[in-house]
Amino acid sequence: MEFPRALAIPLAYMPLAAIERATGLLFQRLLKEHPDLFERLGEYKAKRFAFLPSDLPLAFIVEPAGPSIRVTRKPAMQDLADASVEGPLFLLLALLEGRCDADALFFSRDLSVTGDMEAMLAMRNALDGTDIDLPRDLSRLAGPLAPLFGRMGRDIRRRALNNETSSWN
Amino acid sequence: MELICPAGTPAAFREAVDAGADAVYCGFRDETNARNFPGLNFSREELREAIAYARRHGTQTFVALNTFMRAGDEEIWYRAAADAVALKADGLILADFGLMAHVAERHPEQRLHVSVQASASNVDAINFLVEAFHAKRVVLPRTLTIADIARIAPQIRCEIEVFVFGGLCVMAEGRCSLSSYATGKSPNMNGVCSPASHARYRQERTELVSELGDYTINRFLAGEAAGYPTLCKGRFDIADSPAYAFEDPVSLDVMGEIDALSAAGVSALKIEGRQRGKAYVAEVVSTLKKALSAGPEQRTALLMRLRGLSEGQKTTSGAYEKRWR
Repeated sequence: MEFPRALAIPLAYMPLAAIERATGLLFQRLLKEHPDLFERLGEYKAKRFAFLPSDLPLAFIVEPAGPSIRVTRKPAMQDLADASVEGPLFLLLALLEGRCDADALFFSRDLSVTGDMEAMLAMRNALDGTDIDLPRDLSRLAGPLAPLFGRMGRDIRRRALNNETSSWN
Repeated sequence: MELICPAGTPAAFREAVDAGADAVYCGFRDETNARNFPGLNFSREELREAIAYARRHGTQTFVALNTFMRAGDEEIWYRAAADAVALKADGLILADFGLMAHVAERHPEQRLHVSVQASASNVDAINFLVEAFHAKRVVLPRTLTIADIARIAPQIRCEIEVFVFGGLCVMAEGRCSLSSYATGKSPNMNGVCSPASHARYRQERTELVSELGDYTINRFLAGEAAGYPTLCKGRFDIADSPAYAFEDPVSLDVMGEIDALSAAGVSALKIEGRQRGKAYVAEVVSTLKKALSAGPEQRTALLMRLRGLSEGQKTTSGAYEKRWR
């Protein structure tokens, strides 16, 4: 399932600083929930990784050494990353949670990888080895409304991954 | 028959156990196993926790120490074996005869399995390993037909395990030098086949081009299912037309023949894929577990859903149903 175009288009006009701030907040929350997220990266912690949602006008650059996340507009990110992975947003999020098999998505050409393959392989294994559950982990930001946001997140995830043959539960 | 399942991370390990694996095989985070990929495998502490988790669920843990020791650095492999024994692994999967001798001498109570990397494919070779090192099980190379296995089984004095699903090698396991030729590194000595450090993908107009070292491995047309950048699955210009010189980018699936494998004397079925994610492990293990108890008709339908997870999105029964010479 692709990210709705009607929601993606405004992102091209929103101030980058606001998007980056919101993304940074979610990223820090994830790190708080999973402090050992990048432990498996070893020497590849010094690399920069680009996550390129094919259905968004944005690129997300993760630097595990910081750790930090930057947001840029496409395609002005070519030299900012050592390795890149590109695919629909919901598939990238599913990979983050380990809900889809990256190799299978690569075989089916739903996903493309360029740059330092070794670094990206390490990142894939680091993410896959962590029990990330985005609705659970991120909804905690909502305080007393966490259960509500968690349910909404799970519902969106179920709909988004419903048609992906290589996804599970 | 037992179902032996792969795990590259503790998360994948738990998925395999929860999905009903009879045993899970895994390796340490170093060159002592044939899946020495960045970010993959287990620290000693992770393995301790994994074994405890498996034991609580009645699942066994096998530790793969299936690379060949480098002269002068044997201590790395000896220490890994001693640690796996101390952590109470249910079995060690070994390829190097020197390491088998060491384990048989220093850890005589430890159950020893012969890795597929040892290429033990005939009665004499297998019985030698049973007598010399007390091997309890042999993982047969994917070079034999089911009829071959049926002929061997009554003549050997150990259990037989065979691969039934997952990546398929070029049928010279433990002896393949294609990766060494292209990159200087091999699964046999370094634990990596076609290492990611030497692999590249680039988009050339509508084609996806895969490269390994100095070699162009393949050009995939838009929409064509892709494969790993290994020489054995490269598409080369042969007599002016592009063709797969060694083998097509496909995966093994011989689950349709499990009744025949059982009748041939096989006692354990192995799934390849320690380098794959936990989603693959969960899906494949749970599906094959169901297939084991399903009738032949239901089995076919169950197995069809796994094709999408396979390299090239195609599967083959490989040498098990060999019709060529």
